[in-house]
Amino acid sequence: MGESIVVTSGKGGVGKSTTSANIGTALALAGNKVCLLDTDIGLRNLDVLMGLENRIIFDLVDVVEKKCRIKQALIKDKRCDALYLLPAAQTKDKSAISTEQLRWLTYELKEEFDYVIIDSPAGIEMGFKTAVSGADRAIVIATPENASVRDADRVIGLLEKENVGSPKLIVNRFRSHLVKEGGMMDVDEVVSVLAIDLLGVVPDDEEIIWAGNQGEPIVLHNKGLASKAYRNIAKRIQGEVVPLLVLEKENKMVARMKKWLGFA
Amino acid sequence: MGKVLKPGVTIKGTKDGLLFLLDESRPFSVILSELQYKLEQSSNIWDGPDTRVRIKTGNRQISRSEEKELRRLFSARKNLIIHSIETEGKSDGGNMNPGIQMLAGTVRSGQVLEYRGDLLLLGDVNPGGTVRTTGSVFVLGALRGLAHAGGEGDESAIIAASALKPTQLRIANVVSRPPDEWEDSETSGMNFAYLINHQIAVDKMHHLSRIRPEIEWKENRFRG
Ligand SMILES: Nc1ncnc2c1ncn2[C@@H]1O[C@H](COP(=O)(O)OP(=O)(O)O)[C@@H](O)[C@H]1O
Ligand SMILES: [Mg+2]
Repeated sequence: MGESIVVTSGKGGVGKSTTSANIGTALALAGNKVCLLDTDIGLRNLDVLMGLENRIIFDLVDVVEKKCRIKQALIKDKRCDALYLLPAAQTKDKSAISTEQLRWLTYELKEEFDYVIIDSPAGIEMGFKTAVSGADRAIVIATPENASVRDADRVIGLLEKENVGSPKLIVNRFRSHLVKEGGMMDVDEVVSVLAIDLLGVVPDDEEIIWAGNQGEPIVLHNKGLASKAYRNIAKRIQGEVVPLLVLEKENKMVARMKKWLGFA
Repeated sequence: MGKVLKPGVTIKGTKDGLLFLLDESRPFSVILSELQYKLEQSSNIWDGPDTRVRIKTGNRQISRSEEKELRRLFSARKNLIIHSIETEGKSDGGNMNPGIQMLAGTVRSGQVLEYRGDLLLLGDVNPGGTVRTTGSVFVLGALRGLAHAGGEGDESAIIAASALKPTQLRIANVVSRPPDEWEDSETSGMNFAYLINHQIAVDKMHHLSRIRPEIEWKENRFRG
């Protein structure tokens, strides 16, 4: 029996889909059988990020409405044999699927896959609740900005209420020069407010946007920091202890990294 | 604390419906979340014919907003119809100081922690989170959200925190937000807020005994 992990944030546009695509791919590259499940019905884009848009025949709503079998809707990735995508429906809205249906689906998928990565919609309404209902664990994405941290905090509170055990944090789009100039929160500030374990820090990197537009998750190719960050996150998800990346060579930062090692 | 924990919400079947007993010794917010959990969880139990519900709150006097919240939770179960909400008449010990309630955890954005009496929170109150009590609020952690002490008019209530960085403070019916230019040095260390001349003032913790001499600790004086 595998494990289902929901990727969530409250705020939109902070990198849930990008993160889902990359850590799903990284987990598959590490030899796991992985299913990416896009629950952002009406605004699907995981298929685009994965470059699989033109292969969609059936979607999530077709599956739960039993218009097709789960296997028929699963799209095999072009590059990784062990990676599959179950796309969201584009024409329906969030009410097209219930929490019971999603719970059933993730249960079935976990029989088949080591990891089911659930990409969730923005917001804290029904779509969020549905996405979360199928999850064993949760990853919360926040960018180092007040508004994003506030929304992440709200989401963590709701996750606790929905009984999704101890969510883990990914700080996305980190820009060290902005922190130095005082224009951005530092990672340990974010961690101290949210008071949850840090799973990783992903730098802000244009290459990620490029890769997204090409439909090629950056972990597949790039040897840079961002790609490494995603792979390290995948390792930590699998229970390995990996030190945090030094995003910048500065003594103060290194000292902080050491402090974070306990979170790995 | 070797006491066996009673459930906060006890549900009993009676001949004319259901009786909900709400433990008076626990914070009402805790009772509410337990109640919500029970109403949501055992979904199939509740899906029966219409049932009369009596709620007993023990010695706890509940406020209008607390009652509203209570009714809202029950409205999720269409077949449960609240017949009465009963509070025991204030017993002799009604005015007794219930002591400080200690609770641990983070009060996150959107969450409200309410308590009748003095509250010691071991954890943070984040921006967007609220702590509201009828007595004083002590936070062993960072207070970054809203704290309201003396919620029913007690002007002697204070708010203290290891890191006092609130978005807003309220004591009794006075509202204040920290001035934009609060220096870090002013807020470093333990500080507390109190009411003086209908304004909220903030001072270092070691000044409390001067401002509230009645609670000052003195050597060689046994208490209790
Ligand atoms: N670490 C990053 N560095 C740079 N751009 C990023 C990063 N993460 C995400 N983005 C960009 O941010 C935008 C929103 O990302 P997306 O994953 O769609 O967010 P969400 O799913 O939370 O709405 C996309 O254009 C994406 O390429
Ligand atoms: Mg998305």
